[in-house]
Amino acid sequence: MARIQLDHIRHAYGASPASEADYALKEVDHTFEDGGAYALLGPSGCGKTTLLNIISGLLRASEGRLLFDGTDVTDLSTQERNIAQVFQFPVVYDTMTVSDNLAFPLRNRGVPEAEVDRKVREIVEMIGLGDWAQKKARGLTADQKQKISLGRGLVRSDVNAILFDEPLTVIDPHMKWELRTQLKQLHRRFAHTMVYVTHDQTEALTFADKVVVMFDGQIVQIGTPDELFERPSHTFVGYFIGSPGMNLLPVTLDGRTAHLGGQRIELPGAARGGKGQIELGVRPEYVRLGRDGMPVTISKVEDIGRHRIVRASLEGREIAAIVGEDETIPADPHVSFDPAGINLYAGSWRIDLDGKGA
Amino acid sequence: MDRTWNNKAWFMVLPVLLLVAFSAVIPLMTVVNYSVQDTFGNNQFFWAGTEWFEEMLTSDRFWLAMGRNLIFSGIVLAIEVPLGIFIALNMPKRGWGVPVCLVLMALPLLIPWNVVGTIWQVFGRVDIGLLGYVLNELGVDYNYVSDPFAAWVTVIVMDVWHWTSLVVLLCYAGLVSIPDAYYQAAKIDGASRWAVFRYIQLPKMNRVLLIAVLLRFMDSFMIYTEPFVVTGGGPGNSTTFLSIDLVKMAIGQFDLGPAAAMSIIYFLIVLLMSWVFYTVMTNYDAER
Amino acid sequence: MLELRNVTKKVGAAEHIRDVSLTLRHGTLNVLLGPTLSGKTSLMRLMAGLDLATSGSVHFDGQDVTGVPVQRRNVAMVYQQFINYPAMTVYDNIASPLRVAGKDRELIDREVRKAAELLRLTPYLDRTPLNLSGGQQQRTALARAIVKNAGLVLLDEPLANLDYKLREELRAELPRIFADSGAIFVYATTEPSEALLLGGNTATMSEGRVTQFGPTIDVFRAPADLTTARTISDPPLNTIVLRKNGRHFELDGGANLPVPDALAGVADGAYTIGFRPHHLSLRRQHAHAVSLPARVLVTEITGSESFIHLGFADERWVMLAPGVHHLDADDRLDVFVDTRHLLVFDADGRSVTGAPARLAEDA
Repeated sequence: MARIQLDHIRHAYGASPASEADYALKEVDHTFEDGGAYALLGPSGCGKTTLLNIISGLLRASEGRLLFDGTDVTDLSTQERNIAQVFQFPVVYDTMTVSDNLAFPLRNRGVPEAEVDRKVREIVEMIGLGDWAQKKARGLTADQKQKISLGRGLVRSDVNAILFDEPLTVIDPHMKWELRTQLKQLHRRFAHTMVYVTHDQTEALTFADKVVVMFDGQIVQIGTPDELFERPSHTFVGYFIGSPGMNLLPVTLDGRTAHLGGQRIELPGAARGGKGQIELGVRPEYVRLGRDGMPVTISKVEDIGRHRIVRASLEGREIAAIVGEDETIPADPHVSFDPAGINLYAGSWRIDLDGKGA
Repeated sequence: MDRTWNNKAWFMVLPVLLLVAFSAVIPLMTVVNYSVQDTFGNNQFFWAGTEWFEEMLTSDRFWLAMGRNLIFSGIVLAIEVPLGIFIALNMPKRGWGVPVCLVLMALPLLIPWNVVGTIWQVFGRVDIGLLGYVLNELGVDYNYVSDPFAAWVTVIVMDVWHWTSLVVLLCYAGLVSIPDAYYQAAKIDGASRWAVFRYIQLPKMNRVLLIAVLLRFMDSFMIYTEPFVVTGGGPGNSTTFLSIDLVKMAIGQFDLGPAAAMSIIYFLIVLLMSWVFYTVMTNYDAER
Repeated sequence: MLELRNVTKKVGAAEHIRDVSLTLRHGTLNVLLGPTLSGKTSLMRLMAGLDLATSGSVHFDGQDVTGVPVQRRNVAMVYQQFINYPAMTVYDNIASPLRVAGKDRELIDREVRKAAELLRLTPYLDRTPLNLSGGQQQRTALARAIVKNAGLVLLDEPLANLDYKLREELRAELPRIFADSGAIFVYATTEPSEALLLGGNTATMSEGRVTQFGPTIDVFRAPADLTTARTISDPPLNTIVLRKNGRHFELDGGANLPVPDALAGVADGAYTIGFRPHHLSLRRQHAHAVSLPARVLVTEITGSESFIHLGFADERWVMLAPGVHHLDADDRLDVFVDTRHLLVFDADGRSVTGAPARLAEDA
C-alpha cells in the first residue's frame, strides 16, 4: 500500500506536442493518499485511462514525475511498481483452475508453496469462489472472472495499489450490485489504495471516498460524492453527475435576487466576484413542484418507478424536476427552488455566495 | 446450420457437387474397379478379389515406403511446428514491419511444387549448386545423389523451407487476436516470458495449431513432387515414399491392380488421420 | 402487428426460446428485458427471420411469415457494435437502404435530411463514421434503420457501448424518434432503469421464457411472479420468506408484519415478501411502516442518496435512503418497511397481490 503522488504530470501521444491541445493529459498535480478509494470519472477521451496507464506503468508520462511513498517510480517497469489491475474485459488464464489463477502472481515471485496455498485458500473464500476453486477458469461467467482478476491483486500482500479500468462494463446489472459491495467490503478490510476509472457516475460515487472528475485532459473537480452533488465547482460537473444533470438557467443578478425573464429568485446570499455569463444551477432534486412559485408548462412526465422525472418549460427554458412516487403533480403547476440547492456560476465556474459556506 | 432454409441455396452448391463428382468420385471408382481385377492387357480383365490388397499388405516394399512416409511426416512436423511458432512469436505485431514480414512469409507458399523441387535440385548440386559446392568446399561430405542421409536432409530442409510459412501465418493470426490487456495483466502478475507463452499465447493458438498440424500432416504424408524432382526416390529406395512408389508401380511397371489397391489403402490412411484430427478438434471446441 | 405464437427454438438439446407468445402493435416500443443469455437476442433473430423457430409460428400483419427469410421481410436492425460502412459518408450510410430499394434521388435526399435532422446529424453528413464519436456513430446506424421505413425495427442493446451520459441523452430522445414512425420497435436491454426510462411496453425474459408482458410501469409495480419482480428491479428487490398466520406474517426471531387487507382471504402458509429499496427507511415516516432489526454491511453514497446494504437473517437487503449517511459496518439498527408497497408471492413464486398490496389509503 502506498501514497501515490502525481507530480506535475502531462502526457501527449505525439512525439513533440506543439500546443496545449496536443496533450491528452494536461497538467495533473495530485496525491492519492495511502489506503484511499479514488475514482477517475469522465466521458470517453477525457484522459482518465491515460492517467491510469501512467500510474500502472503501461505508459510513461511525457512530463512530470510519479512517486510511490516518496520514491520516484517514473522509470520503473510495471512489474517493479508492484501494482495490480482489473481490466474492462475479464482477463483470466483460461487453462488454469481458479486456484492456480490466484496462485499465479505469487508463484511468479517465488513465494514458498505452503504460503501460496494458505493465501489462495483465504482469498478464494473471500471473493466467494470457494466452490469453484478447482474448476477451470474458462467455464466461469463474466462476473466470476472479474472476481478472479480482483483476487489476483488481493493475494499479494505487498501490492502498492489496485487499479480498476471500467471493471463492471460487461457485468449484468444485478451482479454489479454484488460486485460493488464486495469490492467495498474488501477495501474496508485490506485498506489498499484503489483507483477506479469509469464513465458511470453511480459506480464512481458509490465506490470512491474521493471522486476526480475529468474533462478534456484536465481535472475539473476533486471531491467527496456529496460535494460533487451539492457544490459542483464547474457546470460540467453539474451536468455530468446526477440523472438528469443540473438545471442551468441564465440569470441576471441584483444583490440577493436573481432575475430569470420576468421571474425573481431569492438567493441564499449575495454573489461575490466572477466574470462571464451568470447562470443559476439547481438540481432536479431541489426543484419543488407545487401550487406556489413560478408558473411552468409541463411537457413530459417520465415515471421510472421510484420517482417521476417531470420535464417542463420555465420562462422558455427546459427544466427538469424530480417528483416522489407518492406525490401528486398539480393541475396548475408552479416551481420553486430549495435555497439549499442553489449554486451560481460565472463563466461556467462556481462563485461563492455571501452568508453561506462555500 | 439452419440459418438459411432457402431451397435456392442448393442450386448454388450443385456445380461444386458436379465438379467433385467428376474430379474425385468417378476416378476413385475407376481405381476401386482396378484394385479388384487383374489384366494382361488387351482390355481383358479377370476378377481378382482381395488378392492385390493381401499382396500389398504383406509386402515389405509397401511397409518400407509407409515407414519412410511416417518418419518424414514426423520429422517435418517436429521441425515446422515449433519453428513456425517461434517465428510467429518474434514477428512484429504493429508498424511497418508487419506487411514486410507477411509478404516475406507468404513468398515460399506462392511457388509451385515442381519449381521448389527444381530450385533445390540445382541449389544442392555438388558441381554447380551454391549449397552443394560450398558445403563440399568446407569439407562436409554432401551429395544427395549418392548419400541417402544427404538426400533425406535435402528433402526435409526443402519441405521446411517451403511450408514453415504456413504454420507461421496461422499462428500469427492466432497471436494478433490476443487483446493487449492479457499481456498487461501478465506483466502485472510478474509472469516470465515462458509463462506468457504457456498460459496466454499457447492456449490462444491451440485451435490454429491443430489446423496447422492437420494440414501439414496431410500434405507431408502425400509428398510427391519435390522428392521426385530432386532425388527421384533415390539413392536406392531411400526417399521412395508411398506416392513415388505408387507411380513407379503404376506407370513404370504397369502393375495396375497392386497400384490401385495401394492407392486405396493410402487414401484410407489419409482419411482415417483426417478423421482423428477432426474429432480431436471438435472435442476441443465442445470443451470450450 | 407482429405475432409470435407458441414459438420455441432449440439448438441441439438446449432450448433457447421456450413457448413464447407475444403480440406487438404498430407504433409501439417494446422492451425485451432480461440478463445476459436470457434469450433476448435469440427472440429478436426469430422476429427478424434470421433463424427459423423449431415450433410455433410468426405472423406479420396477419400473414404467416414463419419461413420467410430476412431478405424478404421488411426489417431493420441496430446492434450493440456501431455498424456502419466505414468508407462512406454519414449521408451515404443513411441513404444506403433507400438506394438498395431503388428510390429516386430527390426522395432519398429528402428522407436522409429528415432522418439526419431527427437524430441531430445534420452537421456531420459529409464526414465518415470513423471521424465521429461513438454516440454519433450509433446515431448514424439508428438513422439508417429509421430511413429504411421498415415495419419492424430491432435494437439489440444499442446503447451498451456508449458512455453513461450519452446513453442518458439518447434514451431521452429515442421515444420521440420512435413516436414519429409507425413501426414496431423492439429494444433489448439488460438494464431495468433503461426499460423504465424508455417507457412503452416491457417483456421480461428469463431462461428463454417471457415471464410477463405489459406497460413497463405496470410490470414494475405489479410483477406477476418473483422472477419478473427480480428481473425488473434495479437496485435488486429485497425479499424475506415469512409464514402467514391469520392476521400476521411471522418469522422466527420475532419479525412480524400485518397482513394487508387485500390479502386477508389468502390461505395461511409460506410466502415470499418483496419490497423495493426506496420502501425501506431509517425512520418511521408514517403509520404503515413496520420495524425490522437489521445489520449494516456497507454504505454507498451517490451524492444525494445513500445505498445502505443490510443483513437480515440470511437475506441481503438494500435500502435507498435520501441524504448522506455514514453508517459503520456491523452497526445494528431498526429499519422500517413501508407495508403499502409490499409484493407478496406464494410458494410457487406467483404473485398473490396482483396489484401492489395496499393497506387503507392515507386519510
